[in-house]
Amino acid sequence: MVRYRTGAVALTAVLMMSTAGMAQDKRVVTYNADFDPAPLAAMEEVIASFEEANPDIEVQLNNFDHEGYKTSIRNFLSADAPDLANWYAGNRMKPFVDAGQFADVSDVWEEHGLKDKLASALPSMTFDDKQWGVPYTYYQWGIYYNKDAYEAAGVEVPGPEGVSWDQFLQNCEKFKAAGIDCVTTGTKALWPGAGIFDYINLRTNGYEFHMQLTAGEVAWTDDRVKAAFAEFAKLQPYLTRNHAALDWQDAAALLVQGKAANYVMGNFAVAVFKEGGMTNDNLGFMGFPEITEGLPRAEEAPTDTVHLTTGAKNPEDARKFLAYLATAEAQTTINNAMGQLPINKDATVGDDPFLQAGFEMLSTADGGIAQFFDRDAPAEMAKAGMEGFQEFMVKPENVDRILERLEKIRGRVY
Amino acid sequence: MANTVWKAKRRNLAPWLFLAPGLIMFIVYVIIPIFQSMWISFYDWDGLGEKTWLGLANYVELLDDDAFYTSLKNNVIWLVLYMLALPAGLFIAIFLNQSIRGMRLYKSLFFFPFVISQVVVGLMFSWFYAPNFGLFYNLIESFTGQGIAILADDRFVTYGIIVAGLWPQIAYVMILYLTGLNNVAPDQIEAARLDGAKGWKMLWYVVLPQLRPATFIAVVVTVIGALRSFDLVSVMTDGGPYGSSRVLSFYMYEQALSEYGYRMGYGAAIAVVLFAIMMVFISGFIWKMWRDERGR
Repeated sequence: MVRYRTGAVALTAVLMMSTAGMAQDKRVVTYNADFDPAPLAAMEEVIASFEEANPDIEVQLNNFDHEGYKTSIRNFLSADAPDLANWYAGNRMKPFVDAGQFADVSDVWEEHGLKDKLASALPSMTFDDKQWGVPYTYYQWGIYYNKDAYEAAGVEVPGPEGVSWDQFLQNCEKFKAAGIDCVTTGTKALWPGAGIFDYINLRTNGYEFHMQLTAGEVAWTDDRVKAAFAEFAKLQPYLTRNHAALDWQDAAALLVQGKAANYVMGNFAVAVFKEGGMTNDNLGFMGFPEITEGLPRAEEAPTDTVHLTTGAKNPEDARKFLAYLATAEAQTTINNAMGQLPINKDATVGDDPFLQAGFEMLSTADGGIAQFFDRDAPAEMAKAGMEGFQEFMVKPENVDRILERLEKIRGRVY
Repeated sequence: MANTVWKAKRRNLAPWLFLAPGLIMFIVYVIIPIFQSMWISFYDWDGLGEKTWLGLANYVELLDDDAFYTSLKNNVIWLVLYMLALPAGLFIAIFLNQSIRGMRLYKSLFFFPFVISQVVVGLMFSWFYAPNFGLFYNLIESFTGQGIAILADDRFVTYGIIVAGLWPQIAYVMILYLTGLNNVAPDQIEAARLDGAKGWKMLWYVVLPQLRPATFIAVVVTVIGALRSFDLVSVMTDGGPYGSSRVLSFYMYEQALSEYGYRMGYGAAIAVVLFAIMMVFISGFIWKMWRDERGR
């Protein structure tokens, strides 16, 4: 909410600038987005090169703050739709598809051979055999750690292949003795906690089960869910104590300061860690440890997308821009700047070690790629689930009550 | 003859003409939306697609919704504790109602919290309570060795937010009482003093009765302020941890408009319940006001 207000100010500023600089005789494509500063600059670069190739088209980007964007997208889609809008793949886009707000762009996919080039994101972009947007980036989740904190606690720094779950928990014990939080997180905005649950469930029960659970096909009171929470409970004592009052950036500060050793996070956090003064030397990355032996490894990599709206005033040129955004060069540019991974298989991955590690991790994930709890599960279930995870991380003894409540909500939502 | 009838008519018409712009606004933007909300509360609607008629199903669901009861309970806590603004405001008003050099400055300083935005108040208190670096957290830590993150603890979070809310509310009540104190008749004070009244007795039997209009307004704004508390909850906790600091207005927003909401019908049902609760208080106040007016 706080960032929403600053976002509103920024938005007004952007709006004023964009109307002031409006060109007279160009066809305009309006585009609402929610980029952080670095990706915003990259997207502007992509737009500039698109405009260079299409001198008669101008793309007007209205940038929002993330959290504010999520609440305002419904309003602007139904009231004053831009031509293009940022959103997310998977279940998160389904309400807009169902409500007829996002346009079918299968023709763009067909015409430019995107089903082959963007193959990894095809399933999460498809409903009713049609594609409803163009994905341009995704990023891995995993464990980021502070090597200095490992040294301070006298724990051996894990290699790129990570550590076993037992070893990880033993390390946690040592961190605890040294007064360092083994795993930090900030669940004030709820979603960071879901990353931990997703990974524990993926590692305990596997991808298929996780998908069934988020799709509402399995009861939350199922023994396998309980097994996942039993593993979660082993980690719980080592979490940052007051995470419910922290934003994810606050927790990132704890990691940077060495007050916490590990952080289950998405790759976008690397920029924040580095702003805080960490370098490639003392920041480490590893995949989440294996819990159930022999399970095919699944990873979490949310996909960000751009959609053509049904209220678009200039759908033809907007389609052109979508096609451009799907090209290897555009995806290379924007992902290098975002520090994320391109979807287009011909694009080049940046030489940042964390990106390379993520690329390696995702391309060898034989289990499957999950989007994220709040994108795989429908909104209402996502909210209730993430609240449940947060409560569990504070009061693990309430687990049965939490699961019964989630089961009740599952009965209603699906 | 015709002329006087027209004059009389004109006299009747004039107030309505002056009221008309306000009335139209009030009807279009307040009264009609109230009935629209009630209407929506009978539907299942995501705000975009088709509405589905549900009848009373939203209300039935409310009866079985833990989050609703949490919100209701928190609203009651707000209502009760917010009343502390009255004695506190009165106390400060009496304290400030002296003629000392620079008193205007002190008055402004005490009034200051009411002027700043609730969002800023919420931010300031979030930092005050913040784990690891907040003043309050560090104070508790230095006394007990173990800090308490108020906003992360479901036992304290609502009280923590209410304290933040009381800060500007006390200032508001104080201003109401300060104006009231201006109107206290000096001759009655004089007479009471001659009769030997002072201290508590003076306050209770002479000053307070004269402050009744101010008290009435203070109760009204405090009750309404407590029931519509939303901004502080939103800024400080987003209803968390795990929904334990929700109040009805926030829960309504969450269900209807927030990122994971989009249940307009259910949100409207919550709004209707909140409206009903407010109606109880407001009609009580109006009834009392009407009785007082007639009594005179």
